[in-house]
Amino acid sequence: MNLNGQAWKYGDDIDTDVIIPARYLNTSDPSELAKHCLEDLDGEFVDKMKKGDVIVAGKNFGCGSSREHAPLAIKAAGVSCVIAESFARIFYRNSINIGLPILESVEAVAAIEEGDQIEIDVNSGKIKNLTKDEVYQAEPFPEFMQEIIESGGLIKYVAKKVNK
Amino acid sequence: MGMTMVEKILAAHTGKEKVKPGELINAKLDIVLGNDVTTPVAIHEFDKIGVDGVFDKERVVIVPDHFAPNKDINSAEQCKFIRDFAHEKEVVNYFEIGDMGIEHCLLPEQGLVVPGDVIIGADSHTCTYGALGSFATGVGSTDMAAGMATGEAWFKVPETIKFVYTGELNEWVGGKDLILYTIGDIGVDGALYKAMEFSGEVIEDLSMDHRFTMSNMAIEAGGKCGLIEPDQTTIDYIEDRAQREYTLYESDEDAEYEEVIEYDVSEIEPQVAFPHLPENTKGISEVEDIKIDQAVIGSCTNGRIEDLRLAAKILEGKRKADNVRLIIFPGTQEIYKQAMKEGLIEIFIDAGAAVSTPTCGPCLGGHMGILAKGERAIATTNRNFVGRMGHPESEVYLSNPAVAAASAIKGEIVSPEEVM
Repeated sequence: MNLNGQAWKYGDDIDTDVIIPARYLNTSDPSELAKHCLEDLDGEFVDKMKKGDVIVAGKNFGCGSSREHAPLAIKAAGVSCVIAESFARIFYRNSINIGLPILESVEAVAAIEEGDQIEIDVNSGKIKNLTKDEVYQAEPFPEFMQEIIESGGLIKYVAKKVNK
Repeated sequence: MGMTMVEKILAAHTGKEKVKPGELINAKLDIVLGNDVTTPVAIHEFDKIGVDGVFDKERVVIVPDHFAPNKDINSAEQCKFIRDFAHEKEVVNYFEIGDMGIEHCLLPEQGLVVPGDVIIGADSHTCTYGALGSFATGVGSTDMAAGMATGEAWFKVPETIKFVYTGELNEWVGGKDLILYTIGDIGVDGALYKAMEFSGEVIEDLSMDHRFTMSNMAIEAGGKCGLIEPDQTTIDYIEDRAQREYTLYESDEDAEYEEVIEYDVSEIEPQVAFPHLPENTKGISEVEDIKIDQAVIGSCTNGRIEDLRLAAKILEGKRKADNVRLIIFPGTQEIYKQAMKEGLIEIFIDAGAAVSTPTCGPCLGGHMGILAKGERAIATTNRNFVGRMGHPESEVYLSNPAVAAASAIKGEIVSPEEVM
């Protein structure tokens, strides 16, 4: 799967409350959630980003609340991938489970600047910076997680198992 | 080489003699939990799996506590959706308002979670039950859905960091201060993906309520879980409540830890976490001139009876400052009743507090105490992120119940000593 988009850069410890504030959690409709994606971090994000764009952030992205609404909002807003130095574990699990591509790469985060055009091969974890003409390599997923990703998320993976 | 508590519990739930950190396992679940915000998403996913019912009608627990009592029409729809699901799937442990409490106060109190369990909850503070010596961890809605369908979940066996607390606790210092101090030391990702094990003579002497507070905030250090070895205190708490057999696990003497961190608690004073991360901690003596608009006492972190007793000790015979709104919300109906019997509710009302039915509302900026732009609160809750309790330009400071109560009286963040 190849993704291509412009980078939007944020800092460390971006929590799920700023990704999707609790005041919008009275619905689980992804298109409603998408309208408020990152609202308390960057109120203009939804207006300025384009479909396919990439969020690039520091360490511990998605910390705090377990709300799956956070990766759902990011995915439904049209973000194609989140690249971070590291992810909080519940957000990491949730993203794999719902099929939001995420990659860990300290190198990529250090090098990518806001506005850079990024091309990503999710399967190989290769991140190309088209603006700077550089290539970075993300941490590979463990084989088991690759299986979930290839099944199309946890539910399809589990459904295959229980309906065998 | 021996095993840690977490490794033993996970091995037992995987049918293995031994598991090692880093190993991917599929574990049997004792309890699968969800609330009114996370369960609706889980139900939509559950329906896609194609099973008729939940794996065990007694082991799925659903608690409408976040936006309940229903705060608006959308929330009412969400609560109705999960109520209908619970009814249709004959989920025994669905708790309607009136019986309901804040989930992480309620489940231990009802004996639904017991030592030795493996528990997932679609709520990040599910790690609270580690205080009973169980493996309990927060997950998202999709994991909850898979757990409800299969009674299993995959985990990577975590490395364990052991925290050893020794020395004598200072006055007004308790579980909340120990965990805030720890998070201040290691940072909000200091235990990322790791199990935290809280131990040492200080923990051995801590009551269950203080232990729950510590395990509750393991997630605030990025931890997967936060365990305390079960002992007589655990047994005394659980024996009349437990609805199932339980198993007490201890870490082996020669268990392998990723790291052992020791703290001399005699150097720890009441802690305050400044906006906008729980790691921004300061000792109360370093806090000066922080005026507050609201004080909030309660939540899954500090809404238990000992927390209320502590607040009442400070508030008895006094009144909150005129310009401060004081909100106190007991964790469960049982705790509420106990507080009434002990006269605590009267003390709170006489002090000018609004006493609320159990709800997560104020803690996550849901309802029952939202902050306006530029307002500032001291809260015994667990998070002080941007916009956590309301407007993105409001501020939350985290503390123990005694500091929050004293601050309500003074109108600014102060040590309990200043009002006693």
